[in-house]
Amino acid sequence: MARELLKGNVAFAEAAIRAGCEAYFGYPITPQTEALEHMAVRMPELGRTFVQAESEVAAINMVYGAAAAGVRTMTSSSSPGVSLMMEGLSYMAGSEVPAVVVDVMRGGPGLGNIAPAQSDYTQMVKGGGHGDYRQIVLAPASVQELIDHTVLAFDLADRYRIVSVVLADGSLGQMMEGAELPAMRPPRAADASPAWALSGAKERDTNLISSIHLDPDEEERFNHHLQAKYAAIEAAEIRHEEHLLDDASIAVVAFGTAARLVKTAIAGERAAGVAVGLFRPITLWPFPTDALRDLSERVEAILVVEMNMGQMLEDVQRVVAERCPVGFFGRTGGVMPMPEEIAARIRALATQLGAAVSDAPEEVRT
Amino acid sequence: MTFDLIIAGFGGQGVLFAGQLLAHAALDAGLETTWYPSYGPEMRGGTANCTVVISDAPIGSPITERPQAAIVMNLPSLVRYEPLVRPGGVLVVNTSLIDRAVERVDIDAIAIPADDVAAELGNPKLTNMVLLGALLARTSALTTAQVGATLERVLPARHHHLLGANHAALARGAELATEAAARNATPTA
Amino acid sequence: MSVLAPPEPALTPVYSYPDALPHVPTHYCPGCTHGIAHRLIAEVIDEMAAKERTIGVASVGCSVFAYRYFGVDFAQAAHGRAPAMATGVKRVRPEALVFTYQGDGDLASIGAAEILHAAVRGEQITVFFVNNAIYGMTGGQMAPTTLLGQTTTSSPAGRDRATMGTVLRMSELLAQVDGAAYVVRRSLHDVVQIKRAKKAIRRAFEVQEQGLGFTMVELLSSCPTNWGMTPEAALGYIRDEMVPAFPLGDFKVPETRAEAGA
Repeated sequence: MARELLKGNVAFAEAAIRAGCEAYFGYPITPQTEALEHMAVRMPELGRTFVQAESEVAAINMVYGAAAAGVRTMTSSSSPGVSLMMEGLSYMAGSEVPAVVVDVMRGGPGLGNIAPAQSDYTQMVKGGGHGDYRQIVLAPASVQELIDHTVLAFDLADRYRIVSVVLADGSLGQMMEGAELPAMRPPRAADASPAWALSGAKERDTNLISSIHLDPDEEERFNHHLQAKYAAIEAAEIRHEEHLLDDASIAVVAFGTAARLVKTAIAGERAAGVAVGLFRPITLWPFPTDALRDLSERVEAILVVEMNMGQMLEDVQRVVAERCPVGFFGRTGGVMPMPEEIAARIRALATQLGAAVSDAPEEVRT
Repeated sequence: MTFDLIIAGFGGQGVLFAGQLLAHAALDAGLETTWYPSYGPEMRGGTANCTVVISDAPIGSPITERPQAAIVMNLPSLVRYEPLVRPGGVLVVNTSLIDRAVERVDIDAIAIPADDVAAELGNPKLTNMVLLGALLARTSALTTAQVGATLERVLPARHHHLLGANHAALARGAELATEAAARNATPTA
Repeated sequence: MSVLAPPEPALTPVYSYPDALPHVPTHYCPGCTHGIAHRLIAEVIDEMAAKERTIGVASVGCSVFAYRYFGVDFAQAAHGRAPAMATGVKRVRPEALVFTYQGDGDLASIGAAEILHAAVRGEQITVFFVNNAIYGMTGGQMAPTTLLGQTTTSSPAGRDRATMGTVLRMSELLAQVDGAAYVVRRSLHDVVQIKRAKKAIRRAFEVQEQGLGFTMVELLSSCPTNWGMTPEAALGYIRDEMVPAFPLGDFKVPETRAEAGA
């Protein structure tokens, strides 16, 4: 496949198709609607399922049904729509069905606006729905990664019988960038559906997809089973990127779009002689805890940059503990932090560290 | 090399398409590129803008506070972007719709009556191509020939009868920009 | 050692558990008509030899454990969402016979949007709507189907029109939708009605298999426990109080084969 200029929303929808997604259920919401529109054209063309649901509540439950029936299935939405999906996501975690959700985040809370934001971090990474559950959360920072992460999300979802989330934002969904789509994978053959799936109990015992365990002891055992699965994912599926960190005294920690804005800021600061690099979690859950802890022993200070008021910051603080000061710079409500203002924060931090490294700088929260 | 540009105007003036064409051409030239639009309610008749970044290295930010160049197609866009163009940068102004002069003297301001030129060329929808041609003549990111070739690739076959007019619009814009630059270089009374 | 061992060759079995209804004791209260509804559905699945291609979707309410009692593949949906989940199942398994089993709180209240739009899309599913005019599982609260004046734990002075509205007749509502192919209301209060209900269940499954659209059989049912009645009195309550509020009949049938009478 050659590189082509692709809009993020179209790119991940087509990537899903090529990853063998057989059923898409969604509801229009800016800034992800182009994905739904792409699916509306392409899925029927390929003889696959496309349904515009009456709400995000219904869409996620349709995904639940198709996943229970053993096919690769997905939905995409944006923050307010994703809030409506929390019930379904909890049920899917509780019945261990695989599916993919792409959240093209926008400004909030409430109706908010349609501009890019990263304020669904807590909702998607920590849960959002009820119960002790996890979702694999991938944070792409380019249209290419949006494609690659969508494919990966399906593979991980199937491997672990879990919901995989691709946590994008309005800028990634709306922008166009050179990227390469994967080759078309054939959908799973009808007779190759997973042994647990609902397909009609022919020549086997009946299958049940359910999240109910009325007996508390049984529910607790099931939760322990889930936790063991989550531990296996934490052991095998952590992904992160380190950029110019080898000699860095300052590490910026950022994910997704914020991280690419940081890269521009870092390029300028490096040119000015500041030893700064980027630590970018690619999986937000499982979180790159060990690598970040190691980093916190090597650098003099960490600056967290997010398009929210400090949601991942809490995880960074938890991991770093008191090893080094952790500062924060965030823009929110749909405002993107400009590279120039990020650079100013890096520069201020460098100046303060240079002046008195042993003292926590004024602007640095620890 | 990293070049960034903002194109701004009314919805319907071809702001977004002109930017996409440039991004396509950059990709065809083997460069990295991002195209970032204003989106949402602004698309429906209000102001529209897009940012195009072209680079020979991976692109970090797809947005910019201080672009190297801007094409402004209406007065609100001039008001908004004139102060933001980096010193020494290029500002292409559609004087058919903007009767206010550019105030800054530290940038390369190119006045093009693009709607009138497009009308002369026989198609008012060519305004964006005229302005894009003007920009290309005053920047070194890509040539009008490269953009023209890309247009042939990305324009749907049903619109190919318009290729000639589009090429003419790019060329005419470039020509006018070169003339305007020469005028700028000559101090007037 | 049995002293009354039956002389087997002389007896013909006339009554046994349907294949699609494994011999599992249910959790339903004595006198509840859920058991009848389950049995009718299972008998029809047997008669249609459909056990190996049927997928059920259970709801939330007293029928939350329906999946335990049917010998077919089952999913357990969130409260009210069974029609959406069944949509997902049926769209990717069009060869399956897909049904939901929902109570009136689940279908007519929290799941009103999902049931309506499943009908609007003409989903090829069959909905069994067990209407007993009350929330059973949570202990007898008012439902959208609760009769005017009916006493429940959340309408202790009786359902009041001014502040609580009046009964929602889902079959009549859904019959207005073009995507609905077969919508009927039956009752389980006596043998004649039960036989009619079974015919309707069969017909609904057939219409689904013919791909004609959304199908629903509403079954008026009793809740002796939460109504505070004996099972027998509860059946009388269906006949005397519920049927007048929820008239039995066919509200939508396929044009090609309209059925006569209820």
